[in-house]
Amino acid sequence: MILEEIQALLTDKFGEDIVLATDTDASPPMLHIPAAKIAEVCMALHTNEKTYFDYLACLTGMDNGPEQGTMEVIYHLYSIPYNFQLSLQIIITRETESQAYAEVPTVSHIWRTADWHEREAYDLVGIHFSGHPDQRRILLPNDWEGHPLRKDYKEQEYYHGIKVIY
Amino acid sequence: MANPIQYQFDEQHLRKSEPNKFKAEDLKSEEMIVNVGPQHPSTHGVLRLEVITNGEVIVDVVPHLGYLHRCFEKHAENLPYNQILPFVDRMDYLASMNSEHAFAMGVEQMLGIADQIPPRVEYIRVLVAELNRLASHFVAVGTYAMDIGAYTPFLWLMRDREHIMRLLEWTCGARMLYNYIWIGGLFYDLPLGFEERCAAFIKYLKPKLGELEKLVMNNKIFVERTANVGLLPLDVAINYGISGPMLRGSGLKLDLRKVDGYSIYPELDFDIPVGEGLMGSVGDCWDRTHVRVRECYESLKIVEQCLERLTGDLTRDRKFDPRALVPKKIRPKKQDFYVRAENPRGELGFYFRTDGKSDIPFRCKARSSCFVNLSVISEISKGCMIADLIAILGSIDIVLGEVDR
Repeated sequence: MILEEIQALLTDKFGEDIVLATDTDASPPMLHIPAAKIAEVCMALHTNEKTYFDYLACLTGMDNGPEQGTMEVIYHLYSIPYNFQLSLQIIITRETESQAYAEVPTVSHIWRTADWHEREAYDLVGIHFSGHPDQRRILLPNDWEGHPLRKDYKEQEYYHGIKVIY
Repeated sequence: MANPIQYQFDEQHLRKSEPNKFKAEDLKSEEMIVNVGPQHPSTHGVLRLEVITNGEVIVDVVPHLGYLHRCFEKHAENLPYNQILPFVDRMDYLASMNSEHAFAMGVEQMLGIADQIPPRVEYIRVLVAELNRLASHFVAVGTYAMDIGAYTPFLWLMRDREHIMRLLEWTCGARMLYNYIWIGGLFYDLPLGFEERCAAFIKYLKPKLGELEKLVMNNKIFVERTANVGLLPLDVAINYGISGPMLRGSGLKLDLRKVDGYSIYPELDFDIPVGEGLMGSVGDCWDRTHVRVRECYESLKIVEQCLERLTGDLTRDRKFDPRALVPKKIRPKKQDFYVRAENPRGELGFYFRTDGKSDIPFRCKARSSCFVNLSVISEISKGCMIADLIAILGSIDIVLGEVDR
């Protein structure tokens, strides 16, 4: 299974504009998918007998900084029977005045492992996953201010009377 | 006091940070919340399990982590690649060499020097990584036996682990946090006489593994406590992204050393043990421990083969420089990179995003095996007894340093 075949499979199912860009330099090769379609694309890749991506290895949330005004989510999929790796990329805008927060459809109903990965992305980068069963912070306490892996993150000065900044 | 240094107690604090997911209103009658941890001898770190129990039967388990969070990813996004290496050690402090190997391999592949690493360097890397895998599995099995209630195997295995710790301390001067494998090479060559002493140690260790199987794996009490407990079916395991001995314990022959064939593993001869359900069903706690013990034998095989090559055609000479390929300035080209490797606890992945200009990664994500493996605990421990929860938690073999990163 090579990247062109997967791309053809997806365009057959969803139309031409489902793959916005491909990146063959990246390792594993990367497809750029519109954010709203990611859950459907993942479901298609998961259930199709020709791809069968049954293993979500990693899910990364990423902030590109306030200058660019975008955030990204990267999915690393692995197909155990075909021994093939693929990564999917979606780019979303950071929160604006009209939009309270950046939102992405969850994939935790497809791979249960995405549950914790998405909670981590929510905790550290501040991406909301719509439809997630249990959107809580995972590594930081619930009343922590801000999301530490944002490029413009400022630590709070005191947390419960404990000095945070040294 | 203008600048409070100590924690100022306020009863609102606990309420604001909401320590529990379940509230008293959510519980049915007869149910209650029991906290296991934050410090419990079986958690091997700081982890709190919020357990909803009905009598002795577990209704739900909610793991609360983050007590050891030391911000690896935030550090990594502010440091050059070669300065991240000491932080990689501290993630999985029982298998630092393996983590270092994975990280160094990833950066080398990004730089495009992965093919030029001298074979002697690669063999030394695999040798120390497999020794560390042995030490890690010894801790896993030893402390697991202690969780179950047997104290002797713990002492015996810690004694044997100590020999490995001393060998590794001899190579690089540190006991647990080695910083030995560098990007593009090694910190230093093996010390003089290491190969001989390591060979003697292997000879000593082989019968000890047989003793271990007699003492632990075939022990009636151990089998009764672990067989048919915490069953993890294969489809659930794959859906949860489980890796390492836990996945192989469920019966899938997937080892990244074979599948990806990184480093010099394709040249070496070793098997992949899988859970067969010898004492109970496939994928129970006994199977997972069994896979770990069998892997010790395979690691011994690898160490022996490495020693054979290192004392044979790849022997040390005056011209050999382990740091010849260490780059002065690391500047990978602009790309995304995900590299994965087989750690003692499963797949350790590093995802890098480089901007092509600086030697600091734009984003560095560590996909740790323990973090993913731990997430399955609420699935496999529902309906068990509280005493079984400890057995299940121990069989997952978590290191909280890697769960929280």
